[in-house]
Amino acid sequence: MTTRLVLDTVALAGETPDVQQPWADLGLKDDEYSQIRAILGRRPSSSELAMYSVMWSEHCSYKSSKVHLRRFGESLTDAMRQRLLVGIGENAGVVDVGDGLAVTFKIESHNHPSYVEPYQGAATGVGGIVRDILAMGARPVALLDSLRVGPLDAVDTRRVLPGVVAGVGGYGNCLGLPNVGGEVVFDPSYAGNPLVNALCVGVLRHDEVHLAKASGAGNRVLLYGAATGGDGIGGVSVLASETFEAAHRPAKRPSVQVGDPFMEKLLIECTLELFNGQLITGIQDLGGAGLSCATSELASSGGSGMRIQLDLVPLRDTSLTPEEILMSESQERMMAIVEPQQVQPFLAVCDRWGVEATDIGEVTDSGRLVIDWQGQRIVDVPPGSVAHDGPVYERPLCRPAAHDALASDSAERLSRPGGGAELRATVLALAASPNLCDRSWVTDQYDRYVQGNTVLAQPEDAGVIRIDEGSGRGVAVSTDCNARFVQLDPYAGAQLALAEAYRNVAVSGARPIAVTDCLNFGSPEDPGVMWQFAEAVRGLADGCRELEIPVTGGNVSFYNQTGDTAILPTPVVGVLGVIDDVRRRTPIGFTGPGCAVYLLGETRDELSGSEWAVVVHDHLGGHPPAVDLAAERALADVMVAAAAERLLSSAHDLSEGGLAQALVESCLRRGVGVGIALPGLDPLVALFSESTSRALVSLPTTQEVRLAELCSEHGVPSTRLGETVGIGGAAEIDVAALFNLPLDELRAAWSTTLPSALDNA
Amino acid sequence: MRVGVVTFPGSLDDVDARRAVRLAGADAVPLWHGTDELAGVDAVVLPGGFSYGDYLRCGAIARFSPVMGAVTSAARRGMPVLGICNGFQILCESNLLPGALVRNDSRRFVCRDQGLRIENTATAWTSAYTLREEVTLVLKNGEGGYVANAATLQRLEDEGRVVARYLGDNPNGSMREIAGICNERGNVVGLMPHPEHAVNDLCGPGTDGSRFFTSVLSAVVAA
Amino acid sequence: MPRVVVDVMPKADLLDPQGKAVYGALSRLGLGGVRGVRQGKRFELDLEGQLSEDRLVDLHRVAETLLSNPVIEDFVVRVEQP
Repeated sequence: MTTRLVLDTVALAGETPDVQQPWADLGLKDDEYSQIRAILGRRPSSSELAMYSVMWSEHCSYKSSKVHLRRFGESLTDAMRQRLLVGIGENAGVVDVGDGLAVTFKIESHNHPSYVEPYQGAATGVGGIVRDILAMGARPVALLDSLRVGPLDAVDTRRVLPGVVAGVGGYGNCLGLPNVGGEVVFDPSYAGNPLVNALCVGVLRHDEVHLAKASGAGNRVLLYGAATGGDGIGGVSVLASETFEAAHRPAKRPSVQVGDPFMEKLLIECTLELFNGQLITGIQDLGGAGLSCATSELASSGGSGMRIQLDLVPLRDTSLTPEEILMSESQERMMAIVEPQQVQPFLAVCDRWGVEATDIGEVTDSGRLVIDWQGQRIVDVPPGSVAHDGPVYERPLCRPAAHDALASDSAERLSRPGGGAELRATVLALAASPNLCDRSWVTDQYDRYVQGNTVLAQPEDAGVIRIDEGSGRGVAVSTDCNARFVQLDPYAGAQLALAEAYRNVAVSGARPIAVTDCLNFGSPEDPGVMWQFAEAVRGLADGCRELEIPVTGGNVSFYNQTGDTAILPTPVVGVLGVIDDVRRRTPIGFTGPGCAVYLLGETRDELSGSEWAVVVHDHLGGHPPAVDLAAERALADVMVAAAAERLLSSAHDLSEGGLAQALVESCLRRGVGVGIALPGLDPLVALFSESTSRALVSLPTTQEVRLAELCSEHGVPSTRLGETVGIGGAAEIDVAALFNLPLDELRAAWSTTLPSALDNA
Repeated sequence: MRVGVVTFPGSLDDVDARRAVRLAGADAVPLWHGTDELAGVDAVVLPGGFSYGDYLRCGAIARFSPVMGAVTSAARRGMPVLGICNGFQILCESNLLPGALVRNDSRRFVCRDQGLRIENTATAWTSAYTLREEVTLVLKNGEGGYVANAATLQRLEDEGRVVARYLGDNPNGSMREIAGICNERGNVVGLMPHPEHAVNDLCGPGTDGSRFFTSVLSAVVAA
Repeated sequence: MPRVVVDVMPKADLLDPQGKAVYGALSRLGLGGVRGVRQGKRFELDLEGQLSEDRLVDLHRVAETLLSNPVIEDFVVRVEQP
């Protein structure tokens, strides 16, 4: 494709039907190529072939997931639609948060690029999701990043993780977006397949929602932002949706994209000023599939046609062919539809911000997307056939044969430590384990303060951002997924991920209202993986209906596997909640001595898939903890009411590591100790079971009666564990009749794991 | 009382700086990098961020911006100027303050709540603090290591021009734990940590930063 | 087309964390016999028209004020292609 003598035009394609085309090298199947010929009534030109191949890739077309993702729309009830201003299918969903304000948020993956080049892969992942949010008409206000990598002691993890963290920080910090939360998870299945999922939150007024639609014949098409170079040509189809070995086929010229966060910052401010001046009628960011995607989606969604003069696109590399320009994934570009009389003011705003803008074409009423290159027609297609009506597969799915053996190998049968000394050592070992230890080596590289509206950030259960300085209204966001639970039972595991994110938001004092998901799985061509995917989506859709919060958008990432071995199925769930007054949020840390400490919820003997089973026994098997979404709702009602009444000093969700880890984190947050007696269960179960729908709270003793009332009103069991005691050097976790653990010793174990593995890596 | 806050294209903490100015009781006046008009302000804050992307060196290009021409001459006439983080880098590049800021010795960006000791309360921006007072501000930078040659360091120490020093572990490799310095006259202060992120209890580590902004009010009234 | 190259290096007595990191990596890779590494920047200025003494003086000034910071860096201007 790079050395060419003749421009392959539409006319030439009509005259030379039998020319052999490299459709297979571009990732198309033979029936897909036939379908393209049928749509066009001729062979595609090479530019058209480039567009179809990239837009019909798994990453852009969702061809394997579409039939399952429909469940999210089908399960919507009126109650769930109430706050939904824009649902699935746009760049991001938009939900009403009251007072005429709306919030848009979405999570997206940039997995394979982050393995190839961790810094740039992660950085451009952040850049992409921020442009999605911006394209809705919103000012981006916060980021979260959900990271999964191989074992902490693996050599490649020390390449990937520091690079990814520096990339997320380098890009996000430079944009002035506070990073308020996320996850870092280590598991052998992510070695060679790191997951980099970034979530962005934006705020707008109801009347500021913009959509990716080109309408109004005669309106101009403006491309603005960075010039187009050879970045990530074929990156979408190769890096984002094929197995890794395939990336080395030379025909695809795989290359990573390089980000310029300063350009993106200019693009944000410039675009917000353009929205403000009402100079834009439709807008789309350029991400995966670049111009191919933006032109076809805008024209298709607007039900219009579009004519583009491709040789007007400003180039950073003048040797690019038209096919490459159409596929380029150069970052920091946007496309706007602008009324002709607004073009001059549009250009003036861009000039003020030093952003290059070029009028490259117009909206037509032809229903065709036509693209010309130096006076010759190289593309003439129905835009919908490129953007929205790609192939849809009903892939075979099959519960893997080995699954029964996995499910019956329960962790509840593993040997349990007997005495206090052994329990004490286990609490310490878990606190120091890679998945439970202090995250500040990562999160201290992120600016969490910029914009001055961050009320809670990591290590809190949810990030809480003030969105209205006057009223104090805010939003809370959390992302979660325990992929081991999903491996043990994809249906229940996806619901457990949803339940955990929901609980984290509620425990912070916010009412959960919407969901975004990033579904990271292995190859959809493996029926076992496809079964996991279908079950997870079904679980998530059913769970959302029961909790009455809609999925507003998200992303699917397939082919996360090495050879035949897929990653743990990882449907990362982001839940967004709203809080009327952020001053009433509840933080996780004990605030001082003399507070009563309660465990809310019911603890069962549930150890399969737990951190205890993995850290102590290196075991994964059995059934995950029981899902009880009614109990989650009841707990959330108590937590939200308690926050509104300012009843609680602290509240912390119980999840990985159970009660033991919640105590560790609530104590270490502000260096406040606790003296408790465990309820009359097996102490190991009391400390390490990962039963759901539970929270650890502390409150002034004067409020205990009111908490009891609230709990009984909502049917939430509550157990008084003890009281907070001691601060400073003497503070400890004292578990009556079993052990005591000084916080200094605990902090030393908890806080050194990541630095000692990653410093000077 | 009008305090100008400069916005470069890559400024990030300009909104926060304006909020801090307002909370201190002054009018916050946005100043655009492309103009040399200071709109009659009584003092100027150069906020944190990445001015012009800072790919060359932090603050290197900002130094040549129209607004910095005006700020530099006003500063030389005695107008109070506070450079925070990137603003500190710009002040050094503009030769309004000696020395330079280089990449953190950890080679990583660092964001944390940082203890400081205020060591000079005679400047336009620190008069509301007590000498040797320990305060907590937000530190967040990738290139915050203060360096200067031995003679310059000695002169800064002899003249009491180290305004603030880091407490505890040195977060970025700054020589002599220097977090902030001032010029001879005390009207120009450069500070690596962010006082504008510590002006209310809700969205930062307390309110220790507020007095940078109240200090300048009394400085201007006194002038 | 004349090309002038400006090399900018951190001053010798200044800590260069990036160079130090490369130095550490070299020893981890088992490459012995390297006494130190310093990391600098190289600017290539491609000029239109002829190179003259006056223009070189201008370029020197640019190298001193914009391309380098004399507090922390040294620079060398050289004509790579007259």
